Amino acid sequence: MNSFRWRKIKSGIATSLAALCVLLAVAPLFMIFFYTLFQGISALNLDFFTQMPKPVGETGGGMANALVGSGILVGLGSLFGLPIGILAGIYLAEYGDNPFGSIVRFLTDVLSGVPSIVVGVVAYIIVVLPMKHFSALAGGVALGILMIPTVTRTSEEMIRLVPHYYREAGLALGIPQWKTTLRIILPTAMKGIATGILLAIARAAGETAPLLFTALGNRFWSTSIGQPIASLTVFIYDYAKSPFEDWIRQAWAAAFVLIAMIFLLNLIFRIVTRGRYAER
Amino acid sequence: MDIPAKLDNGRSGSEVATAPPRTPPKKRGTFRGNVGDFVFKHLTLLFAVMVFSLVFLMAYEMYSGSRLSIEKFGLSFITNTTWDPVQDEFGALPFIFGTVVSSMLALIIAVPLSVGVAMFLSEIAPIWLSRPVSYLVELLAAIPSIVYGLWGIFVMVPWIRTSLEPFLSKTLGFIPLFRGAPYGFGMLAAGFILAIMILPIITSISRDVLKAIPNLQREAALALGATKWETTRIILSSARSGIFGATLLGLGRAVGETMAVTMVIGNRPVISASLFDPGHSMASVIANEFTEATSDMYVSSLVEIALVLFFVTMVLNALARIIVWSVTRKYNVAK
Amino acid sequence: MNRFPKIVLLLIATCVFALPSSAQLKLNGAGATFPYVIYSKWFDVYHQKTGIEFNYQSIGSGGGIKQVTEGTVDFGASDAALTDEQLQNVKKKQGTEVLHIPTVMGAVVVTYNLPEVGNDLRLSSDAVAGIFLGTITNWDDAKIAASNRGKQLPDEAIIVAHRSDGSGTTNIFTDYLTKVSKEWETKVGRGTSVNWPVGLGQKGNEGVAGIVKQAPGSIGYVELAYAVKNNLSYAALENKTGNYVRPTFDAVSAAAAGALKGMPEDLRVSITNADGKDSYPISGFTWLLVYKNMKDKTKAKAMVGFLKWAMGEGQSYAKNLYYAPLPKEIIKMCDARIASIAIK
Repeated sequence: MNSFRWRKIKSGIATSLAALCVLLAVAPLFMIFFYTLFQGISALNLDFFTQMPKPVGETGGGMANALVGSGILVGLGSLFGLPIGILAGIYLAEYGDNPFGSIVRFLTDVLSGVPSIVVGVVAYIIVVLPMKHFSALAGGVALGILMIPTVTRTSEEMIRLVPHYYREAGLALGIPQWKTTLRIILPTAMKGIATGILLAIARAAGETAPLLFTALGNRFWSTSIGQPIASLTVFIYDYAKSPFEDWIRQAWAAAFVLIAMIFLLNLIFRIVTRGRYAER
Repeated sequence: MDIPAKLDNGRSGSEVATAPPRTPPKKRGTFRGNVGDFVFKHLTLLFAVMVFSLVFLMAYEMYSGSRLSIEKFGLSFITNTTWDPVQDEFGALPFIFGTVVSSMLALIIAVPLSVGVAMFLSEIAPIWLSRPVSYLVELLAAIPSIVYGLWGIFVMVPWIRTSLEPFLSKTLGFIPLFRGAPYGFGMLAAGFILAIMILPIITSISRDVLKAIPNLQREAALALGATKWETTRIILSSARSGIFGATLLGLGRAVGETMAVTMVIGNRPVISASLFDPGHSMASVIANEFTEATSDMYVSSLVEIALVLFFVTMVLNALARIIVWSVTRKYNVAK
Repeated sequence: MNRFPKIVLLLIATCVFALPSSAQLKLNGAGATFPYVIYSKWFDVYHQKTGIEFNYQSIGSGGGIKQVTEGTVDFGASDAALTDEQLQNVKKKQGTEVLHIPTVMGAVVVTYNLPEVGNDLRLSSDAVAGIFLGTITNWDDAKIAASNRGKQLPDEAIIVAHRSDGSGTTNIFTDYLTKVSKEWETKVGRGTSVNWPVGLGQKGNEGVAGIVKQAPGSIGYVELAYAVKNNLSYAALENKTGNYVRPTFDAVSAAAAGALKGMPEDLRVSITNADGKDSYPISGFTWLLVYKNMKDKTKAKAMVGFLKWAMGEGQSYAKNLYYAPLPKEIIKMCDARIASIAIK
């Protein structure tokens, strides 16, 4: 066999190995998704969405309070994280081409790598301890901190993507720079920013660790921000490590609802950003 | 008329001019109609400063929360293996060990796979295949940790207990790494699940790095008669440092992972030679014990672990970003 | 500019929705997983009866003690009585004493997953200590076989499960082990969190039961209710007199009867390894930790109301949920303690 043939064969083997890697990498995704789908869907019923949890060991009941609780926690997180993130993103895009801006950009990237449990510890120290009790507020603060890096980075990128002649047109018409940014640039970029927000929300909705000792949990219906509150993710954690079959069934249902929602948000993000902006 | 500036949608962006020439400069101190600009600029600056100070605030709060244990134990905190809440004696070595081992195991499994996938997506696959596959890999990153943990407990751990561990025992049982009772839960399970979780991030950054390398290199190699694999090898070696950066990012994520790990690692603070044995990681001990740390020293020790985690992930992330940024920058300028 | 208002409205709506909702009285508590089965039932029934919400989070006795000390909850629960030092700590931080009110008694059972053996395994105190010390590693070990003649024990590794969090159940269990095994006493000792020589850890009684349910060949210690509700087998244990006793209500009550004589006024006592030929050796009380002087008197009144109900009608739920109701003498002592809670 001549050398060229051998080299071609090697190339073919390499290609096949690479394809194998792809299969191995994508397989867990399908395994997890479909397993959760099958287990979750069979456990999903109207009760799940409308009922409150039953006492330990009894079958039935649902996670109505956890669904609402997660919604409130993410809402609170958005309340903290979105304004800070968007405005910081505007700064970076408009005025941020200086050393300070570079540092902020760098720190934002670094902040996105901080483990969520560490953020939970910080939220415990700065909210739970002074308030002297657990609360949805503390959970919201933790989630807000987690959302900031994503929102900041997306806002900056989307604003930068707006063609500069929009800005020039505004200024040529005599509109002050700040108004140009606020009234022309921002709305144009808003679609992209909104989908970035959706991504941040998807991430926050899936968090568990920071809620364990901030929002704690609640077996009852509660919408108050000063009280502990239930959340979907913490319920999954509590139920998953228990032996009660009914609880395990409900955990799968909750997991299914969670990833269905997250995948949906991701899909929306993809569709919107692909349509508008060129693929990187 | 030449239009100034190019639109840069890369991650660096420090060389881009976005604002066109402003109105003629005025004397200092006069605010002709620019009050709005002043307010707006400083308002957004304020929020940027908030983000900037957030990192320092976090570090400060954790430092002051762990002052007690830092003063009492000093450096022995990271070398001591006793974690005894009853005697108020705390050494974090078992958790550091657990984090390191599970993350290393995850890297050993994930990096070859990720590089293979990145290679496939950037060099081999046609566009109609690489887009959907990239998307699928990114979806893996979107699955929350708790769902990984749930799947881990009910699918992966039983499989490890009934199939993998007995198999490894029989074939490789002479190596201390694979000795012991088949718990199912333990370091092996943690490593596997972390591997699946960090795969997407290593893949996507590696793919970005590979894509940043200009086609000129590929064309040159092919023109010289290289096969696909040989060309790819050359590209891979150029991208070496970028892939290393991607690995660091993956490591950073693995180190901080909490829920999936605590649900499958076995939660026992021991240092053991065998991968079959249970262990504990820094993140999982905080999750397990924070709500019940009864004494001030106990809380302080846990916060100190959080502080260590914070710095480790910060350093890993910072290093990784610098490396990846410098690689893509090198090729952006060359283009 | 039309997306902004929508988002802002949404966020405002969330806040309005999230403001303190009803005029319902809510109390927050946290602590032991040992009595969680009956507490969750009690709080549910009491809520239906009076509308007052007692939100109880089962995070382990360690957590209960911690949160009561920090004042982040209105009440706590623990099956490990506070030490004198811990009591001082609470007094210092909260400015008031904390009372131990026993609610029910329970049995810590040694539960196992051995489908081929059935649910009548007998374990001597040596065997239990050996297994949890890691000196006995296989199910067909001589020490286990000695008390189970006539049974075929499998040649399988023993997978030990224990608590990874601060637990009153652990406290009761290790208290028993300390009393019956010198080796355990010197090597490990008693406490809510100990240095386990061997095994897998998980949070809560539920976590340990979950491991035992999943893994064949495993063994763990949980409160009786968790074993029964999940169809887990549990062993008959050798008590102080040498009898093998199964954890029944009578066996637990027999253990308590022995403790009545020396019962201290603050009701902190251990009843493991009690005298009496019918006593179950790993029995224990579980307590609610209540502040003597709560700042919010409405909450204090609600707490007292609940405690009185628990001492009365509440006790009738115990047996169905596999806990032993309190002996009458102890209820009398509890009433005295409850009366000392300041409600004005």
